[in-house]
Amino acid sequence: MSSTPTADQLRFDTLLVANRGEIACRVMRTARAMGLKTIAVYSDADADARHVREADEAIHIGPAAARESYLDIAKVIDAARRSGAGAIHPGYGFLSENEAFVRACEDAGIVFVGPPAASIKAMGDKSAAKARMMDAGVPLVPGYHGDDQDDALLKREADAIGYPVLLKASAGGGGKGMRVVESGSEFQAALEGCRRESRAAFNDDRMLIEKYLTQPRHVEVQVFCDRHGNGVYLFERDCSVQRRHQKVLEEAPAPGMTAALRRAMGDAAVRAAQEIGYVGAGTVEFLLDATPGASQQQDGAFYFMEMNTRLQVEHPVTEMITGQDLVEWQLRVAMNEPLPLRQDQLSIDGHSFEARLYAEDADQDFLPATGVLDRFALDLVGADLSSAQVRLDSGVATGDTVSMHYDPMLAKLITHGPDRASALASLNRALAALDVQGVITNRGFLQRLTNHPDFQAAHLDTRFIERHEESLFASRGLDQQSLASAALVALHQLSRESESDSPWDRHDGFRVNGPRQIRIALCDPREAAEAEPSSLCVVEGRHAASDQAWQLSIRGPGESRAEVSASLTELPGDAVAITLDGHRRRLQARLLGQGQQRNTIVLSSPEGEVRLCWRRIDAIDHGQHEVESTLTAPMHGTVVALLVAPGAAVSKGDALMVMEAMKMEHTLTAPADGSVEAFRYAAGDTVGQGDVLLDFTAQSADSVHDKEAL
Amino acid sequence: MAMLDTAINPRSEDFVARDAAMRAEVGKLNELTDAIRRGGGDKARSRHESRGKLFVRDRIDHLIDEGSPFLELSALAAHGVYDSDVPAAGLVTGIGRISGVECVIVANDATVKGGTYFPLTVKKHLRAQEVARKHRLPCVYLVDSGGAFLPRQDEVFPDRDHFGRIFYNQATLSAEGIPQIAVVMGSCTAGGAYVPAMADESIIVREQGTIFLGGPPLVKAATGETISAEDLGGADVHAKISGVADHYADNDAHALQLARRCVARLNWQKRGRLAMQPPRPPALDPAELYGIVGTDLKKPFDVREVIARIVDGSDFDEFKRYYGDTLVTGFAHIHGHPVGIVANNGVLFSESAVKGAHFIELCAQRGIPLVFLQNITGFMVGSKYEHEGIAKHGAKLVTAVACARVPKFTVLIGGSFGAGNYGMCGRAFEPNLLFMWPNARISVMGGEQAAGVLSQVKREQLERAGESWTAEQEEAFKQPTREQYEHQGHPYYASARLWDDGVIDPAQTRDVLGLSLAAAMNAEIEETRFGVFRM
Repeated sequence: MSSTPTADQLRFDTLLVANRGEIACRVMRTARAMGLKTIAVYSDADADARHVREADEAIHIGPAAARESYLDIAKVIDAARRSGAGAIHPGYGFLSENEAFVRACEDAGIVFVGPPAASIKAMGDKSAAKARMMDAGVPLVPGYHGDDQDDALLKREADAIGYPVLLKASAGGGGKGMRVVESGSEFQAALEGCRRESRAAFNDDRMLIEKYLTQPRHVEVQVFCDRHGNGVYLFERDCSVQRRHQKVLEEAPAPGMTAALRRAMGDAAVRAAQEIGYVGAGTVEFLLDATPGASQQQDGAFYFMEMNTRLQVEHPVTEMITGQDLVEWQLRVAMNEPLPLRQDQLSIDGHSFEARLYAEDADQDFLPATGVLDRFALDLVGADLSSAQVRLDSGVATGDTVSMHYDPMLAKLITHGPDRASALASLNRALAALDVQGVITNRGFLQRLTNHPDFQAAHLDTRFIERHEESLFASRGLDQQSLASAALVALHQLSRESESDSPWDRHDGFRVNGPRQIRIALCDPREAAEAEPSSLCVVEGRHAASDQAWQLSIRGPGESRAEVSASLTELPGDAVAITLDGHRRRLQARLLGQGQQRNTIVLSSPEGEVRLCWRRIDAIDHGQHEVESTLTAPMHGTVVALLVAPGAAVSKGDALMVMEAMKMEHTLTAPADGSVEAFRYAAGDTVGQGDVLLDFTAQSADSVHDKEAL
Repeated sequence: MAMLDTAINPRSEDFVARDAAMRAEVGKLNELTDAIRRGGGDKARSRHESRGKLFVRDRIDHLIDEGSPFLELSALAAHGVYDSDVPAAGLVTGIGRISGVECVIVANDATVKGGTYFPLTVKKHLRAQEVARKHRLPCVYLVDSGGAFLPRQDEVFPDRDHFGRIFYNQATLSAEGIPQIAVVMGSCTAGGAYVPAMADESIIVREQGTIFLGGPPLVKAATGETISAEDLGGADVHAKISGVADHYADNDAHALQLARRCVARLNWQKRGRLAMQPPRPPALDPAELYGIVGTDLKKPFDVREVIARIVDGSDFDEFKRYYGDTLVTGFAHIHGHPVGIVANNGVLFSESAVKGAHFIELCAQRGIPLVFLQNITGFMVGSKYEHEGIAKHGAKLVTAVACARVPKFTVLIGGSFGAGNYGMCGRAFEPNLLFMWPNARISVMGGEQAAGVLSQVKREQLERAGESWTAEQEEAFKQPTREQYEHQGHPYYASARLWDDGVIDPAQTRDVLGLSLAAAMNAEIEETRFGVFRM
């Protein structure tokens, strides 16, 4: 660093990180490198969490619920006092953009690593912020940002702007309390849903309305300001790939940017920050119109959305392309030093991607997942990657519990390369090399995204996922290569399973006067519990005792039949080489579960992840059963609403009940035509995973008959 | 233990020739077995499967533990015996592991003559039950049979070891505490109805299984009542009304799953106790057995080369190495089980017979299972040997073999002729299981010897009548005898008639013996009481 400390430098040698998970670990890493002592805070649920383990000291601040711990200003300030921390880094989320918290720090004489309270206030109210930006000459999307929140007025404003419009909580962020309204008829329902979410998340239900661009890109500019009047931008990030307004993949720089547009957006962003007297790291988010033609305009095609007055989740991609440590910048600015570099000293080196790994099931409407991480590792050796190409920012480790209490993001996988293609190739390989067991993650979904031709060609906009729903969610189908590979992994595993020395305990498929012969069944994991899944494949493997290669006869799914000669060689790490009819491929293979329950085979390669259920002989109930008579909670959460009256006739698929978990709403639907006999919980009740929520009576053929008779 | 050395040279002309000959025989055997595994053929099979039924071998795959071994018995039963093909005698039997318990599985193949019982089907069924009794293995019957093959009722119905014996066995096996589980997956008519009815527990498949003493045609004829098979004796009748079946299955897969649960509930414990060792593969390659043994019975080999390729670590502690050396005896382990091995290495003399008797006494005393490797032309003949009492010495060996109550397993690895067969635990001496190699031959004496004896008698007759007999005429006389002996002494001929439990690939001998030994350990090893040894 070239700068010299100034006389009025703020001194602190102990930093409290008022956060958890990967960002707490990330901040502490830099703090430690700068010689600071690190203090973590933790709730009951995090007593043994990774951020606590990695801190020099940790202070307990209350029960699992964030409201009573990480969001409790008094407790965090008290923790800083007790530990002698001279500064608090808020990370992102929690108290990072809380004006009252910044004031509490000031009152307690603790340095807040972030902007002044006034800047947070200025940007915190989205409507007021827009008005101010308009004055500062920052381009805006047409919309309504008024204080009058009358339903009818809001509806009229929306009608005037023209659909589709975006409804958004004024106090919001992170996609909560935000909805697209396609037509006037949907407006009222959307408004109510948004307000409910907004109240729960921010205790504030004011809404703003904006014109919804049909093909917008989300491009944001990283800015930095010090207390000496300096402001720079560290270029832009493209975060267009979003799901329900939650970022999934980010990259820097944004593809297709011209130097002129980059400068225009960067200058506008610095202007926006300086308008509100900003200090520290901030992000100015813009919508960039990606409709053909719009991108030709070198200015005027971008609109200010909002400014995030904190370090962003996706800051690492900026670090990768600029070679700067943004947390270090934050801490130096907090120490009242000038910015380490001037604008003309900053440049872009190569390209970087970030993929967010969430504990959620992409194939079940992104249902958040919980559980114990039986394994969490990045097998760089198996993927033949170097640590210079890949960075893993995570807040968890093998053995950790992923609970329902906090954000389901487990880690961020960041890659860097000389150009977009090579950084993307590394990302694909790194995703395949990620070994996460015990908790369902969105890894496969990320791989489908990064392998999508449109993503590879950088045809980005914020509706990317919606637009490619078919190819991103539709089952990839059980192609023959995956089937044969998975079968081989299962056969290999079987032949190693033996509980005793008895020859009867071997599972090598010994047959008299013939090749060894093993029959296994595979199916799509989503049909794992069904007696006759449509995806069922029966694979018969045969091999002579003297021969390593298996002859596989694959029957199914459906009428398809195939014969394949296959062999497997174990490689370092989880990698295996699978040769099918003389074509050798390298991939990573994992079996999830314990013992006989080892029944999910995960194959990952840079082309993507395939999961197959290995139907162990006793795992399936072949008997036919009646419709489930109860519905159970898919996870811990709270009952929000009961949607039908007990006894009322419902059709299969009708919504019966809404519950909220992990801040998302989940709807339980009727498993068949019939009626709800009784609800076992009322709105507001807390339920545990697996709790029976209601009793359901399926309508039998007889009762249909009865009705007709009546 | 002493590891056996090998003196073979796999590059020698002799080895290469023997290897090629044996591989050809094994190839033929595998081809034949493969054809037999297809049951009644593709057409019959798809007709069977179109009714929602599983093919018999698929049923077995569903029944046994995933990937576990299946020790099929008597696959060649009825091969070439009847006017038309009856693959495996229409009945698949063997030892398989179900829910961790070794069981005897007896499964009708309805694609072969509707699963009806030919004489050899009955014999095979009874043999499987005998194996169950001997090894104390639970029995699972997968029933799908039209009952007795009526055109041959005289060979199927009346005698002691005919159809009725199946039910006698079910009753007496159950009485010995050996579980009897029946899964009705097709017809169980007339006598067949007693398989589920006599079982400890029975399972019936909806719209597939039927049980009745008289089928709809017989009912119609006898009483005039018109009724469908399902209404007369289907799953709903027997699981809900009559109580003949205990478990109601929705389909074949469900029934087999229920059968697995039945076995899981048996509270089964093995009773055999042996001082086991961790199993080790042989140090010498079992595939070399082909080149060592070959197919020409006239060409000798050192049986120690064979033992070295069957036993754990090729370790063999030989007993009385330098005494009566045409019989090799010694201790070894197979898949961790201690065994006493008795193997021919030439014609039997008085010393070798006495040595064998001594060794069998040792094993019986210590509760060690015996493995006999037969390659025997017989006992030595001639005045010297008769005068020294080879008959009484041979009798000692036969007595010891007959009376020893430890598990006994016999493999015919070469010739099995005359009294040698008795002294080396032939079928009459009730070894737990008996297998043949494809090069083996079994007959009262060799074809050449029999032709020689018969032509000698003939020559004497002719000479007494003053007639002359040319060498050509004698040769022409001998040839049919040779051919008859070669035909009837062939392993396929023997196996088709259930003189053994199967013809096996020599390279699989170790695994077959290991599985057999482990299965035998379900039964307690009994105390032996020998008969009078003539001194």
